[in-house]
Amino acid sequence: MEVSVTINGDSHLHDVEPRTLLVHYIRDVVGLTGTNIGCDTSSCGACTIHVNGESVKSCTMLAVQADGQDLLTIEGLADGDVLHPMQESFRQCHALQCGYCTPGMVMAAVSLLDENPDPTEREVRIGLEGNLCRCTGYHNIVKAVLHCAEAQS
Amino acid sequence: MIPAAFDYIRAGSAEEALAALAEHGDEAKLLAGGHSLLPLMKLRLSTPAVLVDIGRLDDLSYINDAGDHLAIGALTRHRDVETSELVQSQAGLLAEATSHVGDPQVRHRGTIGGSVAHGDPASDLPSVMLAMRATLVARGPGGEREIAVDDFFAGFLETSLGDDELLTEIRVPKMPDATWGFQKFNRRAQDWAIVGVSAIVANGSSGVGLVNMDSTPIRAAGVEAALAGGASASDAAEAAAEGTNPPSDLNAGPEYREHLARVLTRRALEAAGR
Repeated sequence: MEVSVTINGDSHLHDVEPRTLLVHYIRDVVGLTGTNIGCDTSSCGACTIHVNGESVKSCTMLAVQADGQDLLTIEGLADGDVLHPMQESFRQCHALQCGYCTPGMVMAAVSLLDENPDPTEREVRIGLEGNLCRCTGYHNIVKAVLHCAEAQS
Repeated sequence: MIPAAFDYIRAGSAEEALAALAEHGDEAKLLAGGHSLLPLMKLRLSTPAVLVDIGRLDDLSYINDAGDHLAIGALTRHRDVETSELVQSQAGLLAEATSHVGDPQVRHRGTIGGSVAHGDPASDLPSVMLAMRATLVARGPGGEREIAVDDFFAGFLETSLGDDELLTEIRVPKMPDATWGFQKFNRRAQDWAIVGVSAIVANGSSGVGLVNMDSTPIRAAGVEAALAGGASASDAAEAAAEGTNPPSDLNAGPEYREHLARVLTRRALEAAGR
């Protein structure tokens, strides 16, 4: 089945099997491997991308469901060599250890601030409940999101 | 994990969806937000031959004030329900419980109708439907019919919806003056409830729905009867596990779930001011 999507501003048109998961489409067909697959059961959030500006777990969506939609992955966040403020905040606050959860964590955090630009620490923690960091590096991740919120205000 | 192969039909209207259901019968499954169905399909616990995608039926995504009730389109996303001022003011229990479904990513995709039609005893929203005595509206080849929530949940992951029917609307009584409590006990923030309780009190009558206490979402009828008889929250909550048949899994056995149901019901009733 034909799928036409915009990813990070670029148009893509491919013929995919209906059962193709969106994350596999993005990684294996389009070749954007920044989006990670973690648990593959919609628990860990490593595969979080934006669909029409909102965070979504791309392991729990079919590529055919994304037909005609506007997608953003971690590769599309920076402006050339200039990091997105959230990426910069993760860097400044050392909000990553092994880095595996980071792409999903950053995408979830950007969506969180879009919906709540000035969150409390508790709201950040609740807002990131769909993302697991198995290094348990949550402390600095929360700091980074708060840092970014302040930088953007 | 990749689902088994299926034929994919994207419905452009409710009529197209009904036509696809009429043609393919029980070989077809409806796909809304996909956050209940796709995980099952990835585990191959569900292997529909035909998937009818109703996710684009925007005319079934709405929250309307319909006089004595709120009319909520089946395809309204959790995010839209939890942030709706209308739902927050008229059905606060529903807004609160919805904010506990899954996590933000799940709530961006998942729909109220999908969650309710899935009939999962471990889901949060069916307990709200029971507590608030919602009415479900289904459309089929013979037209529309209303289903009282007490007639809706028929078995494990089964509802009284026919294979050829589409859940189109959820009608929730407007209860602006009600007091309520929602309790969800789980180990990780985003997990299913090990046990959950929705309780609402208005004009002296009460509604209490339980999560994960039987093979279907179930009403705590004993608690409601005790409250009607004037029992205190703690006395009424003692009846929370009556008539239930709680499941056993790696999180909890039946006895522990019965204990949780009593404790959580007491807390929910206390939050509701009983």
